[in-house]
Amino acid sequence: MRPKVLILRTAGTNCDKETEFAFRLAGADTYLYHINRVKEEKNITSYQILCLPGGFSYGDNLGAGKIFSLEILLWFKEEIEKFLSKGGLILGICNGFQILLKSGILPHLDFRQKATLTFNDSGRFEDRWVYLKVTSSSAVSLWFKDLPPLITLPVAHGEGKFYADSSTLKEIEDNNQVVLRYVDKSGKLAPYPYNPNGSLNGIAGISDSTGRVLGLMPHPERFLFPHHHPHWEKDTTYPFGRKIFENVVNYFSHG
Amino acid sequence: MVWRIDVFSKEDKNLKDLAYQIKEYLYLERLPSLELRKIYLIEGDFDRSTVEKIASLLLIDRITETYTIANCLFKDKPQDNEIIITYHPGVCDEVAISLNKALQDLNIKTKNTRTARFYKFPDLKREDILSLAPRLLYNPLIEHLVEYEQFKNLDTLDSFLGKEYEFNLKVINILDMNDEELEKVSKENFLSLNLDEMKVIKDYFKNLERNPTDCELETIAQTWSEHCAHKTFRGIIEYEERDRNYNLLKKQRIDNLLKSTVMKATYQINSCECVSVFEDNAGIVNFNQTFNLCFKIETHNHPSSLEPYGGSSTGIGGVIRDILGTGRCAKPVASIDVFCFAPWQISYQDLPKGVLHPKRIIKGVVKGVRDYGNKMGIPTIGGAVIFDERFLGNPLVYCGTLGLIPKEKSFKEVKPGDLIILCGAKTGRDGIHGATFSSTELAEDTVSLRSAVQIGNPIEEKKLMEALLRARDKDLFSAITDCGAGGLSSAVSELSKEWGAKVYLDRVPLKYRGLTYTEIWISESQERMVIFTQKEKLKELKEVFDREEVELTVIGEVTSDRKLTLFYQDKKVCQLDMDFLFRIPRFKKKAVWIKREEKDVKLKEKLDYAQDLKQLLASLNVSPKDWIVTEYDHEVQGASVVKPILNQEKFAVSDASVIRPDLESEECVAVGLGINPFYSDIDPYWMAALSIDEAIRNVICVGGKLKKISLLDNFSWGSPNDERILAGLVRASFACYDFAVKFSTPFISGKDSLFNEYLVGNKRISIPGTLLISAVSIISDWRRILKNYFKNSGNLIYIVGATYPELGASEYFRNLKIEGGCIPKVRDYAKEIFLRVSQAIEKDLVESCHDCSEGGLGVAISEMCIGGNKGASIFLKEVPHSIGMLSYEILFSESPTRFIVEVRRDKRESFQKVMQGVPLGLIGCTSSEERIIFYNINGKEIINISVDEAREAWLSTFKEFR
Repeated sequence: MRPKVLILRTAGTNCDKETEFAFRLAGADTYLYHINRVKEEKNITSYQILCLPGGFSYGDNLGAGKIFSLEILLWFKEEIEKFLSKGGLILGICNGFQILLKSGILPHLDFRQKATLTFNDSGRFEDRWVYLKVTSSSAVSLWFKDLPPLITLPVAHGEGKFYADSSTLKEIEDNNQVVLRYVDKSGKLAPYPYNPNGSLNGIAGISDSTGRVLGLMPHPERFLFPHHHPHWEKDTTYPFGRKIFENVVNYFSHG
Repeated sequence: MVWRIDVFSKEDKNLKDLAYQIKEYLYLERLPSLELRKIYLIEGDFDRSTVEKIASLLLIDRITETYTIANCLFKDKPQDNEIIITYHPGVCDEVAISLNKALQDLNIKTKNTRTARFYKFPDLKREDILSLAPRLLYNPLIEHLVEYEQFKNLDTLDSFLGKEYEFNLKVINILDMNDEELEKVSKENFLSLNLDEMKVIKDYFKNLERNPTDCELETIAQTWSEHCAHKTFRGIIEYEERDRNYNLLKKQRIDNLLKSTVMKATYQINSCECVSVFEDNAGIVNFNQTFNLCFKIETHNHPSSLEPYGGSSTGIGGVIRDILGTGRCAKPVASIDVFCFAPWQISYQDLPKGVLHPKRIIKGVVKGVRDYGNKMGIPTIGGAVIFDERFLGNPLVYCGTLGLIPKEKSFKEVKPGDLIILCGAKTGRDGIHGATFSSTELAEDTVSLRSAVQIGNPIEEKKLMEALLRARDKDLFSAITDCGAGGLSSAVSELSKEWGAKVYLDRVPLKYRGLTYTEIWISESQERMVIFTQKEKLKELKEVFDREEVELTVIGEVTSDRKLTLFYQDKKVCQLDMDFLFRIPRFKKKAVWIKREEKDVKLKEKLDYAQDLKQLLASLNVSPKDWIVTEYDHEVQGASVVKPILNQEKFAVSDASVIRPDLESEECVAVGLGINPFYSDIDPYWMAALSIDEAIRNVICVGGKLKKISLLDNFSWGSPNDERILAGLVRASFACYDFAVKFSTPFISGKDSLFNEYLVGNKRISIPGTLLISAVSIISDWRRILKNYFKNSGNLIYIVGATYPELGASEYFRNLKIEGGCIPKVRDYAKEIFLRVSQAIEKDLVESCHDCSEGGLGVAISEMCIGGNKGASIFLKEVPHSIGMLSYEILFSESPTRFIVEVRRDKRESFQKVMQGVPLGLIGCTSSEERIIFYNINGKEIINISVDEAREAWLSTFKEFR
């Protein structure tokens, strides 16, 4: 089955088109819709994948993803519960990850914010490539299947520092919900610029306990072709990001 | 009731940067402690529990922030060490606009919302706080302190929304005025019209037997402004060349400088790649089967000198709208930005009155481009930064955007009966007189011209862009243009000038009350566009816009009477003949060029040049600006092929940036820049030639080809009323013609910004004549694209092109403060070199390629070593050079059209064969031992440094910005 992907956009969403392209390239049917349309149609459950792409929803003016997450709480609570119980997947990239955390879809689906992505320690927006360690978790076998334990992807954000109180952090760690960590070339936790924002424990992406909801700050849709990498070689560079989208599509086509 | 919500950060916010600036400014011994809070003021008929809900749901991040609520602005008199800052009424408050949207989602009705910032400095005295605040914390042009005495009894925010406007037609009696009075009217109303122009206007109205309204005068002033009409470039110039004793050498009458140089070159070249040139808001060339490519660069110099953040953000916002307004709406795919600043090390005490500190200008300008570009989702893929003292009071900010447009939508169509629609943001008093303001020089008191400064709201423009592109794809409009300088006045009259138009100004949606009909007409409020469509398409158009939550208003229609007629509440407030309005008076100006003899300067030969090389690597104009590039989202839209700067593992600055804007096809766009105002000090003719050469070199390096290259020219110059400065402009234009024709690279768009000067006391300081040349090349396949750093050890290093003792105004001489010397010259073989290098790259004979520019061969080799983590041994003897040159000359001369090329040993013969007939030298090889070694003509080692040492020097300069 070719999965149907709903890519939800609103004012200020800006990675929607390349994310749609990535899903299409991987073989999915894509539906890039404005939140106002989805609000009218109320049919999230008719899709297999819900994707919240990157950008600055509503300018991030009251905090990254703040208003978008409020709208999810106001309009789509039940829809999302149903969607997940039917086996749907949710992917939140960058601003999408911020929205998943602030609306309480991650780390658990209880619609209460437990963790946040706050201002980078450097105090500014940064676009740079990072090394990521793919940790062993339930999400890995789905999203990161056949990828090596150390990959590179770009990040581009001003509010990406993963932060939670110590008990929440422990819970996330103990439940194996951390999927990606910022590391150095040797795969070890390291300070800035390897950890580009000061995230606790180098956390770059987490999933829910089932592994079917994934939020990450790095942009897999920006590494679909060799030429996306800063030091690409046309024959040898392997585009890690593309593989992630292919895995998701295969999950449905072969699953 | 007005509620005040203060939001506190639980964590220590990163305020170090500000603390450092305060320490520096007040000469403190240690960092001052400080506290910052966000304040929201919300007015509405609701109780505390509703405010609690708003605060907890919307205003805080529950994990990191907390809040307090008060039911008034001031409970008590604030302490002496506290201040609150808010925007002036009418200045765009982006956060408040978003807050309103969220409150609407929550079904909470508010009357007004505003934001403010609270600062507390526990260890500082009030007088120190008041002194530092306008310098470091806020800009008095757009913000003010909220004073307790003034606002202690505040019970409504309504006063921030202005007073009701009562219609009152203003007629200005110019028919009875003498010359002196005419000039006075122009000056007092900021019309920037000179006496001759005022007289032409007087004659026109004399014929009509009536006086003009203020609105008519303003419309004429906008249309005839230097900014909109380019009167200098399109006027008549009597150009003379004289020798040092003022003897006349040459005399020439130039009738329209633009048409006789830049445009003439394009028409003469007559390239089949050009689709639309010098006609639309941007130049359009062929890209691939589906799309054409458009490119436009604008300057926003004056606004950026007064309010750097607002100036640069509205600069980028404006040029993005230019692209949206090209053809029937192009999609912006990338931006570039070039800045010229003064060095930032100057102390606050030495700053002239009315001039902002360069550090503040640099940070503000970069932030402005960052926030606007990033939030628009348009990658900022490259740029350049130039430093010179003369940019202190007049920095230069060039903003450029590239767009893709479906081939069949490349041209507009306007017909009588078309509806004129204003869409996007509401109209306020923003930027009134922006067009006429940028046509005069900056004086200390320009700071009083408040309304010319504005700040942008990128999310508004992002929404507008999405709505327009969707409407375009459904063919819902037939013409479009942006509201830029001159506002509605310029947009409507420009689009409808062949036919005529009538507009009802009272239909324009306003941000606040009190705007007069004239203010509505000439307001330069950001994020607005004008589109023309037919009645039957209106409904569907509205549906598209509603979904995106973008406002759209029919404000008038195209007529066939060739008149511009404006109404306010059914009363006629303006009626002008289009023919008169666009018959812009032409004036004669004089330009005198004093020819100087070039004098070669010879220095004493040294035994070791390692230190000199390191100093050059660290110089302001060579050291990389990665700290700017990382702040830009240069990868959004997923099109990146060559990034402007690499800073992971390998550190390199690219010669040109490359994107693949249509992922469905393999074609790429490479953008290269050429800018070097220092050469203008010797001769603007060669400055322009060298800039063209540099821009082309940069795109050739990555794989561009001459026949696929188009150029943009952007002049920033001093006052054209100074005959010597004007002569420089003429000479630069001559070179544009000569070299565009020589290389067969057409100009497709351009812009000039004149009057770039400022007064310090009574002294007039003019910027160096600065021409930015941008070259854009289509490359057929991304797999062909090259990098500019060494790839492997054991490869051969060639130099293509010859080296001459040309160090006049070079980075090396300027570092040593040496004036004089010969200016580099572009030679006749340049075109052949470009063609051959492209050929070699096409035949896959080249591993990497980099051009020699600032700092010459020495810097170019070092950069290739740093980027590739490879060493190199170079023999100056093998560099093709003229007889008798000294080591430092071969090392650091800036002779143009030179490439350093890395070639594999097995491709040596094929490569040399391709290069036969152009100056070529096999000058050394790359090595795994990471050392940079140069040998002089006699084979003696004159530089031997490690690559790490070179990298450290190269990265040393901008440490405090990283």
